[in-house]
Parts: sequence; C-alpha cells; structure tokens
Amino acid sequence: MARRILVGLKNEIRDARGERVKREIREHLGIELTAVRTIDVYTIDAQLSEAEIEAAAAGPFSDPIIQQYAIDKPLASGFDVLIEVGFRPGVTDNVGRTAREAIQYQTGRRFAAGEAVYTSVQYLLEGDVDHALAEKIASGFLANGLIQRWTIMDAAEFAASGGIPASVPKVAGGGAPVVREIDLEVSDAELLQISRDGMLALNLEEMKTIQAYVRDPEVVARRKRLGLSDRLTDVELEALAQTWSEHCKHKIFAAKIEYDDGGGRTETINSLFKSYIMKATADIRAARGDDDICLSVFKDNAGVVRFNDDWSMVFKVETHNSPSALDPYGGALTGIVGVNRDAYGTGMGARLAFNTDVFCFASPFYDKPLPPRLLHPRRIFEGVVEGVEHGGNKSGIPTVNGSIYFDERFAGKPLVYCGTGSIMPRTVNGKPCHEKEAKVGDHIIMAGGRIGKDGIHGATFSSEELHEGSPVTAVQIGDPITQRRMFDFLIIARDRGLYNAITDNGAGGLSSSVGEMAEFTNGFELHLDRAPLKYPGLQPWEILISEAQERMTMAVPPAKLDEFMTLAEEMDVEVSDLGVFTDSGLFHCLYDGRTVCCLEMDFIHDGVPQMEIPARWEDRGHTEPQFDPPADMDATLRGMLGRLNICSKESVVRRYDHEVQAATVVKPLTGAENDGPSDAAVVRPLFDSFEGIVVAHGLCPRYSDIDTYHMMASAIDEGLRNFVATGGNIDHVAGLDNFCWCDPVESEKTPDGAYKAAQLVRANKALYDYCVAFGVPLISGKDSMKNDYQIGDTKISIPPTVLFSVIGKIEDVRRATTMDAKRPGDLVYLLGATLDELGGSEYYDMQGFLGANVPRVDAAAALRRYRTVNRAQAQGVIASCHDLSDGGLGVALAETAFAGGFGIRADLRKVDAPAGMRADALLFSESQSRLLVTVRAEDRAAFEKLFTGQSCRHIGEVVDDGGLTIVGLQGELLVASKLEDLKEAWQAPLREL
Amino acid sequence: MSKTVKSIVISGNGTNCEREVANACRLAGSDIYDIVHVAELLSGRVSLDDYHFLHLAGGFLDGDDLGSAKAGANRLRHAAISGSEEKLADQLQRFIADGKLVMGVCNGFQLMVKMGLLPAIGGDYREQTATLSFNDSGRFEDRWCTLKVDPESPCVYTRGLDTLYFPVRHGEGKFLAGAETLAAIEEKHLGVVRYSTPDGAAATMAYPLNPNGSQNAIAGVCDESGRLFGLMPHPEAYTHRTHHPRWTREPELPEEGMGLWLYRNGVDFIRNELL
Repeated sequence: MARRILVGLKNEIRDARGERVKREIREHLGIELTAVRTIDVYTIDAQLSEAEIEAAAAGPFSDPIIQQYAIDKPLASGFDVLIEVGFRPGVTDNVGRTAREAIQYQTGRRFAAGEAVYTSVQYLLEGDVDHALAEKIASGFLANGLIQRWTIMDAAEFAASGGIPASVPKVAGGGAPVVREIDLEVSDAELLQISRDGMLALNLEEMKTIQAYVRDPEVVARRKRLGLSDRLTDVELEALAQTWSEHCKHKIFAAKIEYDDGGGRTETINSLFKSYIMKATADIRAARGDDDICLSVFKDNAGVVRFNDDWSMVFKVETHNSPSALDPYGGALTGIVGVNRDAYGTGMGARLAFNTDVFCFASPFYDKPLPPRLLHPRRIFEGVVEGVEHGGNKSGIPTVNGSIYFDERFAGKPLVYCGTGSIMPRTVNGKPCHEKEAKVGDHIIMAGGRIGKDGIHGATFSSEELHEGSPVTAVQIGDPITQRRMFDFLIIARDRGLYNAITDNGAGGLSSSVGEMAEFTNGFELHLDRAPLKYPGLQPWEILISEAQERMTMAVPPAKLDEFMTLAEEMDVEVSDLGVFTDSGLFHCLYDGRTVCCLEMDFIHDGVPQMEIPARWEDRGHTEPQFDPPADMDATLRGMLGRLNICSKESVVRRYDHEVQAATVVKPLTGAENDGPSDAAVVRPLFDSFEGIVVAHGLCPRYSDIDTYHMMASAIDEGLRNFVATGGNIDHVAGLDNFCWCDPVESEKTPDGAYKAAQLVRANKALYDYCVAFGVPLISGKDSMKNDYQIGDTKISIPPTVLFSVIGKIEDVRRATTMDAKRPGDLVYLLGATLDELGGSEYYDMQGFLGANVPRVDAAAALRRYRTVNRAQAQGVIASCHDLSDGGLGVALAETAFAGGFGIRADLRKVDAPAGMRADALLFSESQSRLLVTVRAEDRAAFEKLFTGQSCRHIGEVVDDGGLTIVGLQGELLVASKLEDLKEAWQAPLREL
Repeated sequence: MSKTVKSIVISGNGTNCEREVANACRLAGSDIYDIVHVAELLSGRVSLDDYHFLHLAGGFLDGDDLGSAKAGANRLRHAAISGSEEKLADQLQRFIADGKLVMGVCNGFQLMVKMGLLPAIGGDYREQTATLSFNDSGRFEDRWCTLKVDPESPCVYTRGLDTLYFPVRHGEGKFLAGAETLAAIEEKHLGVVRYSTPDGAAATMAYPLNPNGSQNAIAGVCDESGRLFGLMPHPEAYTHRTHHPRWTREPELPEEGMGLWLYRNGVDFIRNELL
C-alpha cells in the first residue's frame, strides 16, 4: 500500500513559488486568480515502518522552520480548486530519486527492486475558478500532457473523497523479452510501410539496400552459424535505422548534389561536408603550417584546439530542437546536459568550463491561433529558459554567452542551440589527452544512469518533421546530479589511466556509442541483458537504442577493471560491464547468451547509400522599398531598441549562473549598472595564468530570405567581430558551424526542396570562402535538417539558420575590452564603411519590408581591421569597443552610451558612407565588419596612426549630459534623446519574462 | 610545522565551487588546501581531524531536490564512515568542539543552517533553528550585491571589514528564523553581513539590492564563537580585480578582490590563535 507524505508551508509563511505560478498563469493564460499555494507530495511505494515514514516526513522531506506535513491525510485547505500534477510512468523523477536516497541514508538499507518514491505537486487555486478553467490551467501551463498527468478536485469533491487518493505511476511490467524477425521479402510499398510503422525513418532505397544485404549468401551462411535466420531481427533493423538516421549519418551533407546556379551553370558536389567544411579546415591547416592551432577536428565528440603548451580547449555546440518543441523544459535540459557529455567525452575527457545557449523562438506575445500540437511560444520560451537554467546551474557550469532571436516561423519549430566548452591537459599519463583508442579485449563499460524507454527513437524522430504521430517517448528529462557524480568519478579515472577510450551515449544510445567506439578495433560483443534497467520489461532492441540520459561508455582494459569498478562503487556511480571490444568485424549483440544482432561493421557504418539531391538557385526578384524617412527619429530609435531582436535579455541572463568557477572575466552583462550587453565572454580557465578563452557567436537568419551566401558570410563575420571587439586574437580562433535547415529534399511534401537545397549549397560555399579568407578553421559542427512542421494543410518551415560559434584566445585577460563608454571626453570612432545595405535588416522589418541589398562582407578589409584592433587593444588605447549588428550604428551608439552611463554626441556627416545615403539608412544599415570604439583623448594620435589607410572616422565624443545627440546630414539635430528613455525602451519588452 | 594551516573543501553530489574555494584558501595563505570528495571521508582514508579549516562550498547538493541542501544535510547526519563506529557527523561535531573553523557559502551556508550548525544559539549544533527559502522573486538570480558588516559581530572572518561586494547566485536565499531566534541573532550580533544600499550605509529590504527578501536583510550569520560562518553571497567569486563586474571601467580597483579578506582572516585566526 503506497503511503503519501504531503509537505506545505506553514500558514503564515509566504509562498514565493505559488506567487510566481499565479503571476505566470496571468501572463501565459490571462487568468487572474486570487492566490496560488503549493504542496509537495511524496508517494512512497516501499516497505517502511510507521516510524520510518514519520522520520522521513519530519527529517529530509520537510523544513521544521517553515513547513508542516501530513501523512496519508490531506493538508490542503482554503482553496477553490486543487490540481495535483505528477509524472507519467517511466518519466525521470529526480526529486523522487533524491527522496529515495534520503530514506536509504536514514534507514541504512536499500530499497528493494521495484520500490520507489514518486513526487507530485498540488496547486491550491483560489479565485473565480471552476473545473473547466482548472483544466485549462493544468493543460495550458502547469503540466505537459506528454510527460505529466493531473487530477482536479474542487473543494467539495476534495472534502467528500478525503483528499486525492494515492496513485503509483509505476511502469506496468512488459512481457518477456522477445526478438521478432522481420520479413523484408515484400513489395516496395510494404518496405516503406515497415519503415513508417516502426518509426525507422528509412527511405525506400535504404530499405532495399538492407533487403539486398540479407539476400547475400555469405551473410546468410554466417547468420546460420550464429543461430540467426535469413530474416533480420528487430534489434538489427533498429540498429541500422539509428545508425543510418539523418541525425547520426548526416546524409544530406554527405549527399551528391546537382547544383544549378540559376544562371546556366551546373556542378556536381560530392558531399557538402567534404567539399566545403572539411576542405576549408584542411586548406587552412596546410597554409598555417606550424601555426596550426587545431588538435582534433570533426572526428570526436567535440573539436580541440591549442590553448597553450600545457592545455587544450574543447568546444561543441548541439541543437535539441525537436524535443524542445514537444517538452521545452525537458528538451532544453537534456540539450544542455547532453552537450556537456560531448564536451566531457572528447579525447580522454575534459573538465567542463562554460556553456553557451542560443534560442530561436516566435514572439512570446504571439496572438494568432496556433496549429495543432504546437505549444505557445511564450511557453516554449519559459520552458527552454528554465531547462537550460537547471541544466547549467546545477551542473556548476557558467553560462557565459548566448542570444535569443525571434521570427514568427520559429513557431513551427524552436531552435535550441546548446554549447559547452571544456579544457584538457595536453597530455595525460604521458599520452595526448585529445586522442583515444579502444583496444581489442577492452571491456565495454557503461556508467551513469539506467536504461528506460525514454528517448527511444530520438534519433529517427529528429530526422523527420514534427507530425501527428511524433513519439512521446522521444521526450525525456535530464538529471544533472547523476551526471555530475559521474563526471566527478570519471575525471579521477582518467587521471589514474583506468580507461583507454570514452564516449557519450547520445542519439542512438548504446548502438551509437559502442558501435562508433568499436571502429577502433573493428568489432564488439555486447550483452544487452547485462545493462541496468530503470524498470523491467524492456525489449532487447529498446535496450540497444534507448537514449536514456546521463550515460557514458568506456573501454576499460582488463588489467584496470577491478580498480575502475571499486572506484565507481566508492563514489556511488553505477557502472556495468556489458561485453568486450573485438576485431571480429562484427556488430554483435547477445541477450541471455543468444545472438540477437549480428551485422558487418562495414555494412552498418558504410552501407548507407548516398542520397542524390537536386539543387536549383533562382532569382526571387527582391527589390528595395520606397518609403518616406521617419519624421521623429527619436521615436524611431526607441522603436528599434525595443525590437525583440535588439532589446535587453537581462531577465533571462540573470537566471543563469554566469560566474561559477570564478573564471568569467567578461560577463554577459557589463557597464556602469551591470546591465549593458557584452559582445562576447572572456573566461580565464586556469588560476595561475592570465591567458583567457574568448567565446562569441554570429546568427542572422533573416538575410537567408535574400541570399544564404551572404547570411553565412555575415554570421561568420558577426561571430569574429564580437570576438575581436572583446579582445580575442583573430589569429588564434576556431569556428563551429551549426546548420538548422528546413527539409531541402524535393518531394511531394516539399515541392520547393531544390531551392532550399540551393540555399544550403550557397551557405556552404560562403562557409568555405570566408573561413579560408579569415584563416579560421572549423573544428566541429552539426546539422539539423528537418525543421519543419506539417500537420494537415499547415506547413511551417524555419528560415535557414546557421549559428557560427567561435572560440579563441586572448593572451592576457587584463587586456579585454568591454562595450560600455568609459568616461566623458573620450572620442568616438566608427571603424568600417557604412553602405546602403538594409536588405533583411531589423529596420526594414520594422517598416514591413524585406529589401534586396543584403550586407556583403569584405573579408580582406575586415581581417586587416580586426588585426589592427588587436594591436590597439594590446597597446591599451581602446577604452570601449562594441560591434554593430542588428540595428546598426543607431543601436550601437545608444547601447554604448547607456551601458556606460554617459551621453554621446555624434555627427552623421562624419560617417564613412557613399554620398546620397539617407540619414535613416546611415543609422540602421547593417553593413558588416564595423565596430564602434571609444578612445581617450590622449590616445588619439596613437589610435589614428594604427588605422592609417583604413576606414576609421572620428564621429563624436562621450559627454556628460545624459543624452544621445546625433547631428543629421544637414547639420540639424536628428536625435536628441535622454539615455534613460532609450534604456527604458531597450529594457522594457522582455523585463517581466 | 606546528603552524601549518590546513584547509579542506568537501566536494561531491553536486558541490560546484570547490575549486575556486580551494584557490581562495591558497591565495589567503593556507598551507594545505585540499579538495576532498565526500567518498574519501566516508571511506575513512581521510579524516576531518587532519584539518583546521572546513569549507562547505556552493553548488546544488543532490539538486536541492528536497529543498536547498536538505538531502545533503540528511546525508551528513546519517552517513557512516567505513570500518568505524563513527559517523561523519561525529567527526564534524568534534571538529567544532576543537575550536576549528567552518565556513559555508551559498549551498554550503544552506547546508550549515539545515544541519543546525548555524546560528546554533546556545552552542547546540544539532538542531535546525533557521532556514533559507525561496527568493521572493521565485527565481534563481545572479547579481552583485553590496553587504554591510556588523562591526560588533564576533565573526572572526569579518574582523576589520566594513563594506563588501559579492555576487549572489541562488534561488533559495531568503533567510528566515522564528522570532526568538531572530531576536537572539540581533542581540548577539550574529547577523554578520546584511544586504545594503550601494554605499554600504544602510541595510535594505528593497529589491534588487536585497535580492531575496531575507528577514532583517540578513545575508550571512555566524555562531556565538564567531568561528562558524555562512553567507549566501560568494566571496570566493571575488579574489581578483578581474572578477569585479566593472573592472574594465574602474582602474582604481585593487589587484586583490575583497573576498580574499574573509579567507585571510580565517587563516590568520588559525595561525595566530588556534595553532
């Protein structure tokens, strides 16, 4: 019989959590309640004595100063309706896990198999609320039906039934393990049906390739010897589907593309990845020779570059878009803890140093009807922010850099980019730390969490658009503490040399992690029945591909096995020995000693047929708009500052711990009031050195609506511009490309696929051209290619988006420059020419136009400028430096002024620009590679000398009058705003979120 | 060697700030500044008896899943040391009885309060008499706050100090105690540091200067001996001028961050008055 312990605040204690829920119900749903209070419920399904239950309630479960508790009787009173929200069976319940451990510490005995603590929360609503409204509150804000369930009772029902009865969300025991065989000797239509029904996301050609494989007499003969028939098992088919998924195999980037440039020229591109991304890095590394900073690129979970002679820096950025669309909190949380495992599990392992996050959402104030299955952008915003907050803060990793970009099309699928940087010694136990190699005979060891049904088909799910049947098991919740314990253990194991190789269990689960690590030895033998399960009833194929979180896989040599296992037990980390790496050439899985999967390593890794994709660029006839200049430029500037893509994100930034580890030297917020927007972050990872890591990014999806070539070029430039503005060394920096595209494969569903594929080609061409021009190698990246929503007739495709993240070095963090004006009397300079480039700009968008003149990057001029800025920083002659991006010069002037708390007086006639440009164009053009710099008057000569022969104009002064004054082209007073008004316009829009 | 100051920072189960706390101990002149995983203590290979200065660092013990540091406090109370009759809690009580120093920051402060180590009026270090609860905002926040030091406090860490500036980074930092305990804290000057106006002139309840709504603006408390001290703001996050959020615009900031002063007072106390 399950017991219930209810814990609530004493009556006189303020319920801050309840107040926040009340506030958010108002903001999300427009429902005004009188009050909300909360009660925590622990449902204990375990053999415990009365005294033990009482001790748990009075001890770890409640706080004697502010809380009261009740056991098996209601605690709630004085409400109109009560909603209790708990998890569905099988969903990760972190609080329940901690509650179980707390009881075990108290009693000194472990729970028996199947015993558990489950948690839920009661919301006591007071106000004009009935059952129907409570249902709306539960489904629309308090709970997510995919992972949670709820019970609603009004006061009368509650009194009549004596409270909410205990219910135990235990996973119902599945049947005995069964291995099914699948007959592939069927028609093409049936092959596709098998793929669809099984959520395999394999196309016909791939299904036929598999069909042909099991017809091969040699394969059949070998299968016979192992007791397998000539039909594939479900384990084998699932393993193939995971390994061959777009998510794991990047089939679009590996495809053969016939590209027609729309002007009569065609070319065949054999793999975008090889032709542009890998080639850029290879060419740059070759050209740099001894100055090459790359140590490990593309082959591992993250890229590794040199930091100094003793340390290397590691960086990886991932997306977690599809899960975040279904459950924003869980999706984002697993996004961040997942990329943590990548950054840890690179080479032999690396200490986690910082997180970054970039989100693309629709406006939280979206007020149109939403298509089915989509969550309101406000809810996605809140859930994602909270997920990353919990993932980063609880893991003790500072979130140092990020942004939020808004476009209505991200209602179809939000983009959630999560990045993690880490730092590793150059060598560990005498060997390079960025390399690893599993050896024949090494044991396959899984550490961390247990396996459940969570995350099954995550890899194939994210390889499709969001549709009616998108699986709910793809949604999961992360557990940062279990992971933190595992990392604490693994870093000791690394330093003691207890493993030969390590990798993360992410998409595709064991199938991916073991399968990939086995490429070192060319084979493995994996015993699926030895894997620890969260609950009984998993089928062998589910164990193989489950994406349950917080797991790493290691190759542990037999001689170190005992020491490894003992250390794990002492540090309370669960590890299991699942088999061995072999040189058999086989992907071999067993269950209870019987072979359930045996595929050639060559076939599973290299057997996927190359896709062929048509790509056709077309001129879409964009034109420049004609409209009158605004009459009131002060109001226009305020309007620009209040745009969602420009306004302050402080309410989000403050929710992330950006300085744990005491290494964040330039924080996300800076300036006189600690609230100006930093361009990049500077991290000082070693206590005994002033060398630092600079992290920044660029992202400009709106330019894609005109030309993805210039979108990509601008994203690269923006990333580098932010990096240099803060002090990063342009000659010691590497890039990461994260593509998020809408489906670019022409089909019935996607009639404009060839154009989208051409957009992809053009972005890749720019990626190659500009990385090579800037000398910036790419070290890692990822693509997410199916960011579409399609249900019924409604299709929403995201704008093609590339996040370009950069990581590099600053020799001395004490030379970093921030963006805030420092003191009155300093001179204001604009570096770089301002051209009539408002196509795709925030300004045109505000006026309702797209335009045609998308910004173009002059890499040679930009590189020269960035190197000179570095020299000026080294000489200490730059007081502040701020990049010009969304909103151009007008926004940069305002931000520099109000962040510094000093006014600026500037003159548009001094701007380096072609004759005839209008004042509004000068103010809001988004020409790339420009920086706004302030310089002490006494440094004027030194500064100007450095920039001799470059576009460098003295356009104004920092003043002490608390205002921004801009003189127009006729010498008139074009802008005369008070800083407080500009700052208010900039801070107001998202302040309450 | 009798003057060797030995500091220990306990790590594990969600402790996050152990490295920077150990570094602060090093910079403050502690001769030994070991980071010890709690598993090492429970294995019996390392004992608190070997140290003078115990640090409970910030983080999220067990995810703060049962309320901040609740599960962590439960573990320290009940966890037994392998191969001995002793519990870790017994070692800790002996450590305190020996007149040694214990400092908790953020989650470490929450842990001390929930174990009963603070404010421990009357020297009872086992009974919880105060708590730290959800910020009035209902949210986690990272922001720098000015703290005013009570000059009459017995706290050994804040001797000679007046105004401090550190970041808070917490969701559950609102200090609450019953009327009797609160009166005793005030009477005995145990409310060592309070959130204050930026000039350090006056304690304040105004958000965001007081980021969580703590009673009487209390940001940190000590026991009556002044040797046990905990606070929500993070002194270990300000040990160098480049930690200060405005270091690029305030050239007059000293090289050394003011967080170091607290650690140095602790180390000096051990060297001069304990050893």
